[in-house]
Amino acid sequence: MDHARRQRITTAYARGQVVCRSCGQVAELGQDRCNRCFAKLVSRDPQSLQKVWAWWIAGIIAYIPANLYPMLLTTTFFHTSESTIVGGVVELLDHGAYGVGAIVFFASVVIPVGKFIVIAWLAFMVSRPHKHDPHRLLLFYEVVEFIGRWSMIDVFVVAILTALVQFNVIATINPGIAAVCFALSVIFTMLAAQSFDSRLIWDQTQPDAHD
Amino acid sequence: MTQTSTTVGCPVCDAVYALPLDMEGQSAQCGRCGFQLTARRPAAIGQVVGLSITMAALMVIVIFTPFLTLRSGQFEAKASVYDTILGFSTGIMVPLAVAVFLFILVLPIMRMVLLVYALTPMLIGRRNFPQAARALRYAFTMRPWAMAEIFMVGVAVALVKLAGLATISMGMAFWAFGAVVLISAYQDTFMCRNTLWTMLDANG
Repeated sequence: MDHARRQRITTAYARGQVVCRSCGQVAELGQDRCNRCFAKLVSRDPQSLQKVWAWWIAGIIAYIPANLYPMLLTTTFFHTSESTIVGGVVELLDHGAYGVGAIVFFASVVIPVGKFIVIAWLAFMVSRPHKHDPHRLLLFYEVVEFIGRWSMIDVFVVAILTALVQFNVIATINPGIAAVCFALSVIFTMLAAQSFDSRLIWDQTQPDAHD
Repeated sequence: MTQTSTTVGCPVCDAVYALPLDMEGQSAQCGRCGFQLTARRPAAIGQVVGLSITMAALMVIVIFTPFLTLRSGQFEAKASVYDTILGFSTGIMVPLAVAVFLFILVLPIMRMVLLVYALTPMLIGRRNFPQAARALRYAFTMRPWAMAEIFMVGVAVALVKLAGLATISMGMAFWAFGAVVLISAYQDTFMCRNTLWTMLDANG
């Protein structure tokens, strides 16, 4: 039996209450902190979208050099070769490692680019009344929030290769500056996704819900 | 007067529900957005604490044993988990070394410690330790930033990249870390926030 589905839906906002986003406790509107978990209570974060856009822009700015500069510096017998994110994927494909190449391509190209598009689209959509299906918007948001952290794979790959391949002149691998930029870009977009207030999705779909 | 229902809010879409208290083992989804409001699994607390202690013990192995060894001809290189962090320890990349240190060791371990600290008193029939609610909240907040499982996928990719060039052998730390990742994924399947919060609150 599903108790929640049989009840008429009212929002905490309409009841003059606020839901704690950390633990789900319901408190009166105007209360500063949750009684149960002491998290800060915010009924609707008016600056949510501003924060989203700020982190989003920071993420884009970091993402550009992350793709232009080398991720890995491989030195063999005094000759240094550089490889970028996309270069690393191409190398994997050349070696016939199609599966792993696909994973890296997905984690470091598809996910970050997709994330930028989806977050911008969501932030734009919920900033004004819209007719989109809220469930679809939420699905996009949840996918972005869930999958975003997996972009870090490439940064960890660089860390492990650097730690393992240190054979002086014969072969040495060092991290390139793109590793820092890429890590920053992932962190910024994770913060952008976390700043997004999912309750805004429903507010704009049902403008009369407060009655 | 005894309460027969409890008010639960949906943190995703702001809907409010009155859920009956006697619904042990029944889950409830938000009628609007589908968020799982509660799974009502009080028995799971023992499992959460037990698995957290197990993972903390495994993390000790991760810290103190060799992770990977690379052999090529007469050359041999050993790397511990620390070495992977120290790879970024030069010049402008120092902050990245700190971040990687946090993501793969500090935050996963802190999460285990906080969960044990917040939930153990309930199992042994004591009142909550001071700041237990804060500890539990931080444990949940840290979840997206604890990236042990992502690190292990990174290790797998790195191993494929090196496969043709050298022989690689895995040390104790590798298997211990792999076990932590699997246990943590298993733990996530029955961590019900609402149950944990309700019980923590009742244990006051």
